[in-house]
Amino acid sequence: MDLRLLDEAATADERDAVDSLLGTPESGWDGGTRQDSDLRYARGGHTARDRRDLLLPALHAVNDRVGWISRGALNHICRRLTVPPAEAYAVASFYAMFALHERPRRVVHLCTDIACAAAGSDGLRERLAARLGPPGTGSGDAPAAWHESPCLGMCERAPAALALQAGAPARFAVAAPATPGGLDALAEGGPGGRGADGDRPSPASDHPTTFHPGPPPGASPEPGPAAAVPDAGSPDHVLLRRIGRVDPLSLDDYRSAGGYAALREALRLGPAGVIREVTDSGLVGRGGAAFPTGRKWNATAQQPDAPHYLVCNADESEPGTFKDRVIMEGDPFSLVEAMTIAGYAIGARTGYLYIRGEYPRALLHLENAVSLARERGLLGPDVMGSGFSFDIEIRRGAGAYICGEETAIFGSIEGQRGEPRTKPPFPVEKGLFGKPTAVNNVETLVNVLPVLLMGGPAYAAVGTAGSTGPKLFCLSGAVRRPGLYELPFGATLGDLVEAAGGPHEGRSLRAVLLGGAAGTFVRPDELDIPLTFEGARAAGASLGSGVVLVLDDTADLPAILARVAAFFRDESCGQCVPCRVGTVRQEESLLRLRSGASPAAEVPLLREVGRAMRDASICGLGQTAWNAVESAIDRLGLYSADDPAAPDPAPGGTATPAPGDRAATEEAR
Amino acid sequence: MTVPVLLPTPRRLIDATIDGESVRVPEGTTVLEACEAAGTEVPTLCYGDTLTPRNACRVCVVEVEGARTLAPACSRRLEAGMSVATDSERVRHSRKLVLELLGSSVDLSTTPAVAEWMERYGADPGRFGPRAEPAALGVRDARHAGAHEPGDGAAAATVEQPAKVDNDLYVRDYSKCIMCYKCVDACGDQWQNSFAIGVAGRGFDARISTEHDVALPDSACVYCGNCIEVCPTGALSFTTEFDMRRDGTWNEEDQTETTTVCTYCGVGCNVTLHVQDNRIVKVSSPHDNPVTHGNLCIKGRFGFQHVQRRGDG
Ligand SMILES: Cc1cc2nc3c(=O)[nH]c(=O)nc-3n(C[C@H](O)[C@H](O)[C@H](O)COP(=O)(O)O)c2cc1C
Ligand code: SF4
Ligand code: SF4
Ligand code: SF4
Ligand code: FES
Ligand code: FES
Repeated sequence: MDLRLLDEAATADERDAVDSLLGTPESGWDGGTRQDSDLRYARGGHTARDRRDLLLPALHAVNDRVGWISRGALNHICRRLTVPPAEAYAVASFYAMFALHERPRRVVHLCTDIACAAAGSDGLRERLAARLGPPGTGSGDAPAAWHESPCLGMCERAPAALALQAGAPARFAVAAPATPGGLDALAEGGPGGRGADGDRPSPASDHPTTFHPGPPPGASPEPGPAAAVPDAGSPDHVLLRRIGRVDPLSLDDYRSAGGYAALREALRLGPAGVIREVTDSGLVGRGGAAFPTGRKWNATAQQPDAPHYLVCNADESEPGTFKDRVIMEGDPFSLVEAMTIAGYAIGARTGYLYIRGEYPRALLHLENAVSLARERGLLGPDVMGSGFSFDIEIRRGAGAYICGEETAIFGSIEGQRGEPRTKPPFPVEKGLFGKPTAVNNVETLVNVLPVLLMGGPAYAAVGTAGSTGPKLFCLSGAVRRPGLYELPFGATLGDLVEAAGGPHEGRSLRAVLLGGAAGTFVRPDELDIPLTFEGARAAGASLGSGVVLVLDDTADLPAILARVAAFFRDESCGQCVPCRVGTVRQEESLLRLRSGASPAAEVPLLREVGRAMRDASICGLGQTAWNAVESAIDRLGLYSADDPAAPDPAPGGTATPAPGDRAATEEAR
Repeated sequence: MTVPVLLPTPRRLIDATIDGESVRVPEGTTVLEACEAAGTEVPTLCYGDTLTPRNACRVCVVEVEGARTLAPACSRRLEAGMSVATDSERVRHSRKLVLELLGSSVDLSTTPAVAEWMERYGADPGRFGPRAEPAALGVRDARHAGAHEPGDGAAAATVEQPAKVDNDLYVRDYSKCIMCYKCVDACGDQWQNSFAIGVAGRGFDARISTEHDVALPDSACVYCGNCIEVCPTGALSFTTEFDMRRDGTWNEEDQTETTTVCTYCGVGCNVTLHVQDNRIVKVSSPHDNPVTHGNLCIKGRFGFQHVQRRGDG
C-alpha cells in the first residue's frame, strides 16, 4: 500500500528505540536511508505488512524510551511496518499508558480503585495534584506526570502507586502501601541516572529485559512477591508452594523444587493423554468464565486448520484481582512450563503471553524465565530433546481492561485496536490471526502442573464435585490480613474472611464484593455462601476471578458505586451503543444519586439502562457493567427505600438470581 | 437493495421461525435478510448494504429463543430450527434504550427514519437530563484514553462539537456521528484502501479521526467521498449540502435524481446527480451498480462544476 506520511522525522533516540526492536531497516522502503538503488524496485504487498503484530511492541519501545509518542516517532513506526498512520494513531490512542503529547519521562499511576480508595487514596490524590498539577500529560517543568489509575493489582497493599520512568532501559518503582513520603519519592526522584542502590547488575544481566531491575533513584525497593501471601510456606499449598521458597529468577531453584516434572510427564503421555488428564481433572477456567479447560483444549486440538495458537491471558485487570501477578512474580517458571504443556496438548508451536502493562516486575521475571528456559532447551526447536518445538512470545498490554476479553486480546496482539469480536466464530475455530486458538488464564494454566503430577482423577477428588482443585482468592479491603489465599474449593465466604483475620478491631462488616467490579455485592448475613462455582451461582453471585473485597461500616457505598461506574465508562472499548453510552448514563445517574437525587426517579432509570446493557451489548464488559450496581440496590438495599420495583433486601428476600454472570457470557463454544 | 452475487452457489435451504411464522431460506442468510424477505421491518443504523456488518449500534437486536442475550439481526445468521422474535418486550426495550442513548448523546436531526422509530418504541432521549454544552473544537480529539472528569451528572454528556470544515469538498460534522464504523471501512480495506481515517480513543471518547487529528488535506484522503456515501447520519456531507442546510435552503422534496454514466474515464461508473433549482447539489452512486457498489473517485463524486457553467464566467 501507498503510505502517506506526515512530514515529521523521528529523533535519533526514537529511531534507535524502534530499530533496536525491529532490526536495522533494509532500505529506504522500510524507513532506512534512501539509496539510489532503492529507486529500481518497489517493496510492498503482504511481505511489507505482515509484521503488523509488532505495532504494539514498537509503540511501547518509543514510550519506554522517551515517555511519549511523537508524530515523528509514529511516522517512523508506520514506515518500518507499513501501517497507515491513521490506523497506528487509532491503535496508540486506544491505550491509557501511551501519550501522544509531550510529557515528562516519569509517570506516576496512582490507584484510586475500590480497595485503594478505602485505604485513603483520596488524600494521596490531592497531594499529587498539589505537587504535579492536574492529572494528565504533566505541566511545564513538573518532574513527573500522573494519572488516576484503575486497580493496579496490588490491592493487598492498598493504597498503591506505580511509577514508570522512560529511558534506556526504562525503570519502575512501586509505593504500596503508599505513604505520603513514599509517594513524594515516586513523584520527585532525580532525573534517571544511577539507582539508589547503585546500578545493581541484573540477576541475569546477559539477558536483556524491558525494565531495569533496580528502582529509580529515591524510590525504595519493593518487598518480595511472597509478601502478598500471608501464609506463604504453608504445607497445604499446591499452587503457591514455591512462592517465597525459591528464587524466582533461578531456573535451578525451580527445577530442584519439582519444576519441569510435569512437562516430562506430559511428553510421556502424549498430547491426547494430556488432554484426557485435564478433562478427567474437571479443571475449569479461572479467568472468570469457568469454562472446562479439557473441552477447550480438545476442541482446539481437533481443528484441521493450522497453525494452532496458545494465548495465556495475563491481562489481569479485574479490580481486586492480583493472583496472576503473584504467580508470575513469585514462580514465573511454573507458567512457562504450564504454557509449554498446553502448547504441546493443543498442537501449537507458539504461545503468546499477554501481560498487562502495569506489571513491570512480573514482566521482568517472565522475560528472564523465558530466556533461561530457551537457553536450556526447555523452549525452542527441540523441547527437552523430544522433537516438540515450542516458544513463547511475551506481549505487553498498555492500559486497557478490555484486552483481557478473550477476543479483544487477539486484536491487541495483532496490532489492531483491542475491540472484542462477535462470536460465533469462537476462538477455538478462528482466534489469533484467524487461526484455532486456546485462550487460558494464568491460574488455569498453572493448575495443569498438579493435574499431571497427581493425575486427573486424584486432582478431581480435591474440592467439590462441581468445582475441583485448589483455588486462589484475592482478599482485600477491610480485613486484618489481606493477601492471596489458596484453599481447596468448598470453603465458605465466612471461612475465608476469618482466615484473613476478619474486620479490624471495633469494626463490623458492611458488605463483600465477590468477583470484582463485574461481580456482586453480598451481605454480612450471607457469609455461608460456599466459594464454589455452583455455590456462588446458587446464591445469585459469581466467583469471577476470585475477588473477595471486604467493606466495613466505614465504607462509602455511594462513592464506591460511582467509582465502579467510572471504571466501566473508562474501560468500555466504545464499539457498541448500549455499553459506550450506557456506562456514561449509569455513572451520571449514580453521581446524581450521590448528591441527593431521588431514588424514585433514578433507580428505575438505572434498571432500564442496565437491562439494555446486559441484553444488547457485544461483550462481557457491557453485559456485566451493571451487576455490582444492581446488587448494591437489590441485596444491600442501597437507594431502594422508595423504589417500588426493589425486591426485599432482607435476609431470605427475593434477590434476583444469577445476574449477567460472566460464566454465561462465553457459554456455547 | 440487494448486493449483486455474480455466481450464486446453490445453498441448502433451512427452516426457521420469525415471529411465529415459518420461513425457509438458503443457509447463510442473516436474520435481517430473512426479515426483509418476510416483510418484517427491522431498524438498522450501522448496517451497510455494501459493507461487512460491524454490528455496533445494536438497534437491530432480536430475541433468539434460548439465547441469554439478544442478537444483532444484521450479522447473525439464521440457523435451522431457530426461533426469532423481532418485536418482543425485551427487543422493544433494548431498541428503545439504544435510540434514547444515541438521541441523548448525538445530534440525530439528519438521520433518516429515526424520528419514526423513536415514536414506535416510545423513546424519550430527554429523560437523561439537559444536554451538556458542546465541546470546543479539538477538545474531544485531545482526550486521553481511560480517563475522564466525572462531574456531577447534572447534564447528559454528548459528543457535540463544531463541524470540521477544512477543505472545499465535504464537511465532517461529528456531532452527528453515531460511530457506526462505516466510513472507516469504506475508506479502508473494504473499498477505497486509502486508510485516511480510523477510530481513535476509546469508550465514549472514541471518535473518527485522521492521524493526530490533522486536517484532511494533510491526511491520506483522496476525496473519493465513499465515506459520505455510506454515512447513515449526515455527519459527512457535501459542502454544498452542509451550506444549504445551514442557510435553510436544502429541500429534498424539490430535488430530482438522475442516474447517468460518468464521462471522465472508461470504467463507466454510474453517478446519480441530485439536482435542486437546476444545480447539482450532491452526487451519489447506486449501491447495486455492479461497477461501483456505490463508490466513485474524486472526479465522479465532486467534478461536476463544469456541467453547470453557463457562460457566466
Ligand atoms: C471485559 C473482560 C475482561 C476480562 N479480563 C480477563 C483477564 O484479565 N484475565 C483473564 O484470564 N480473563 C479475563 N476475562 C475472561 C476471558 O474472556 C476468558 O474467559 C479467559 O481468559 C479464558 O481463560 P480460562 O478459560 O482459563 O479462564 C475477561 C473477560 C471480559 C469480558
Ligand atoms: S460491550 Fe463495551 S467493551 Fe464490549 S464491545 Fe461493546 S462497547 Fe466494547
Ligand atoms: S473521501 Fe475517500 S479517501 Fe477521503 S476519507 Fe472519505 S473514503 Fe477516505
Ligand atoms: S462519520 Fe458517519 S459513517 Fe463515519 S462513523 Fe460517524 S456516522 Fe458512521
Ligand atoms: S491496587 Fe488499588 S484497588 Fe487494586
Ligand atoms: S444495524 Fe445491526 S447492530 Fe447496527
